[in-house]
Amino acid sequence: MSNRLRSLALGLGAATALVGPAFAVDLDITCRCVVGGVNSATAEWIENSVIPAFEEANPDVNVTLNQFGGEDAQLTQQLALDFSTGAGPDVSAFDGFLIPSFVEGGLLKPLHEVAGEEVNDWSGWEALSEGSRALMEYQGDYYGIPLGTDVRMLYTRKDMLAEAGIDADTWQPTSWEEILEAGRAVKEAFPESFPIQLNAGVAMGEATTMQGYWLALLGTGERVMQDGKYVVESQGILDTLNLYKTIYVDEELGDQRAQLLADGRNRSFANFRDGVTALLLEGDYFYRSVTPEGSEFAVDNRDEVMGWAKIPAQEPGAGINGQDFVTISGGTGFVLNPATEHPQEAWALLSFMNEPEMQNAFQQLQPRITARTDIEIPNSPFLTEVSQTLLPLTTARPNDPDYNAVSSEIQRMTESVVSGELSPEEAMAQYKSAVTAIVGEENTVSLL
Amino acid sequence: MSTEAGQPRRKVRNFALLSTRAGAAFLTPAGLLVAIFVIAPFFWVIFVSFTNRTLLGRTALNPEFVGFANYFALFDPSNFFQRGQFGFSLILTTQFVLASALIGQALLGLLLAWLIQTVPPVIKRITETFVIAAWILPEVVIGFAWFAFLDRDQGTLNMLLTSLGLPPGDFLLDQPFWVIVVFNTWRGAAFSMMLFSSAFSSIPPSYFQAADVAGASSWQKFRDIGLPLIRGHIVTDLILITMWTFNTFTPFLLTNGGPSYRTELVSIYNYRVAFQDFQFGKGAAVGVIMMLINLAFALVYLSIGRKKKAPRT
Repeated sequence: MSNRLRSLALGLGAATALVGPAFAVDLDITCRCVVGGVNSATAEWIENSVIPAFEEANPDVNVTLNQFGGEDAQLTQQLALDFSTGAGPDVSAFDGFLIPSFVEGGLLKPLHEVAGEEVNDWSGWEALSEGSRALMEYQGDYYGIPLGTDVRMLYTRKDMLAEAGIDADTWQPTSWEEILEAGRAVKEAFPESFPIQLNAGVAMGEATTMQGYWLALLGTGERVMQDGKYVVESQGILDTLNLYKTIYVDEELGDQRAQLLADGRNRSFANFRDGVTALLLEGDYFYRSVTPEGSEFAVDNRDEVMGWAKIPAQEPGAGINGQDFVTISGGTGFVLNPATEHPQEAWALLSFMNEPEMQNAFQQLQPRITARTDIEIPNSPFLTEVSQTLLPLTTARPNDPDYNAVSSEIQRMTESVVSGELSPEEAMAQYKSAVTAIVGEENTVSLL
Repeated sequence: MSTEAGQPRRKVRNFALLSTRAGAAFLTPAGLLVAIFVIAPFFWVIFVSFTNRTLLGRTALNPEFVGFANYFALFDPSNFFQRGQFGFSLILTTQFVLASALIGQALLGLLLAWLIQTVPPVIKRITETFVIAAWILPEVVIGFAWFAFLDRDQGTLNMLLTSLGLPPGDFLLDQPFWVIVVFNTWRGAAFSMMLFSSAFSSIPPSYFQAADVAGASSWQKFRDIGLPLIRGHIVTDLILITMWTFNTFTPFLLTNGGPSYRTELVSIYNYRVAFQDFQFGKGAAVGVIMMLINLAFALVYLSIGRKKKAPRT
């Protein structure tokens, strides 16, 4: 009996030892993308261009795309928990602003530590501008390769504005008041409409901070963090919260429900599609990946119906750096899981995705502002114009490990105002105590 | 009770199936598992609750010992009752337990259990099937089904209401608390119904027959025969469903704890702090407080259970 067991064990051991090297390497790649759903073009690009070409060049590697259909915050949650336990995909899409908090938490490692010094030899680095490399950089180390950047603007529905007596082709508001005036005019023409969409609330996650709060706050000449300290009390915060209050509570120019419900962001997209919202603040991806023909929120006759304007400061010249108009940029890219079992292959995949050939394939599916300087934006007058006009005005979020937690408090603060639960003063007081608890009193500053 | 204390301790009966040593050996694997998966995490959570440990950011790798700071933060009187704070969640949970467990599940279960005693067996079985189905279906399925049912624009409920000429409602936004109360009542009534139903059927039919002869009404039979004889079951039921409802997380699937924290029960609050904000220290402190509350429930339950077994005179 024991002899038989021993020979069985030996046989099994020998078999695994022999078969082992012949097994292909399995790589997982994750993005918040679903073919036919959210960020469909990214999913199609990885499925149809990246994986076949990479597997052909590396016959013993199998690549699997995990299509993640949840919210941004849910993917962040999943990656944080995965990385903290040594699990998770080998390569993952990642929003640059999360890098500092992940790095400080020990959940990400510099690329050259994960995959070796050959990372530094990659030819692609030269094609990435310094600014775009900074999107995936923290304290002098690179944690991923940036895919592209974005800018934010005020989208308009020309048909609704025309009905309200506004010529959308030439309309360019120069103050918050002019946006509100246009909103009131549209509301009068369409009493059932909610003309203005400025993201608020917890459910929309970072979209609230990035496509809502920041755009107003920059217009008051302030930032969330100034000189290395978080601003917890200021006239700019109050003005911003009062703008929210005017839109959602006092004058009902915006769809309050969409800010409070769990699927609010999609509701805000649907509102624009259905002609309920005429003025919507979003990033350029709203044009390239939310509203194109065939997608869920496709706008009929898009090129005739949809227009855009620069986001004005509160008053001309009152914006950040004395600007008349403001915008902000973020950046996304792909990172390596520090616990990947196949760091060399994972790096090979990551760099392969960012070679010009693959980037051009992506541009065919979805023109976008890329991080690489050697990639053209193919015949997209919209994106070319937008990037030329807005990139010089743009700014970025603080590169700080506590930003993510503070951003959650911003989302809570806006929600308590738009729900009518707290006054702007009360909401700011709550924000102050919450942020102080997160970063410590010595890292906060009051501008009042 | 007082007599019990005066009596000498009864000797433990010795079954002697195994020797003491063999018994201990057989218990060891289970004991180890319990130690690893129950006792160690218990003390670990208590330990973490005294630190400012997080998952992301600087305090993830270098957590500091902060003493009772997390507990003081939870019980900070300046914002204790604000929405989204611990105190608000505690009060909300108490109201939720009162409304959905004690009034909703127990009363509905009692009513159903009483009514199905008298109906024909076919109806009894159909009713039981439906009620129990609500109890045993997977939570995610139930959550989505209710979400679809209540949706303002395409929900079944509003379709029914408008077809009857009634105004549609925006239930998930306007009455989120009552939505989760009705939801939890609907979901959990099955347990109370089954418990009371078996309790009622254990009452000898002759009691009711005698009452019928005496001309008692249905209400009188319920009040004077049914209720007194199942009193013990009622206590058991109330304590169990109180504990379950206190800890339930399912309403999260319907409302995510919102809008504006109006349905953020303690369990959801704990989840948000620990796994959405990644503040493990503070989340652990909430967990410790929840453990203490559950411990109190359990002690009440055990003491009542002991009292029930004491010989009646």
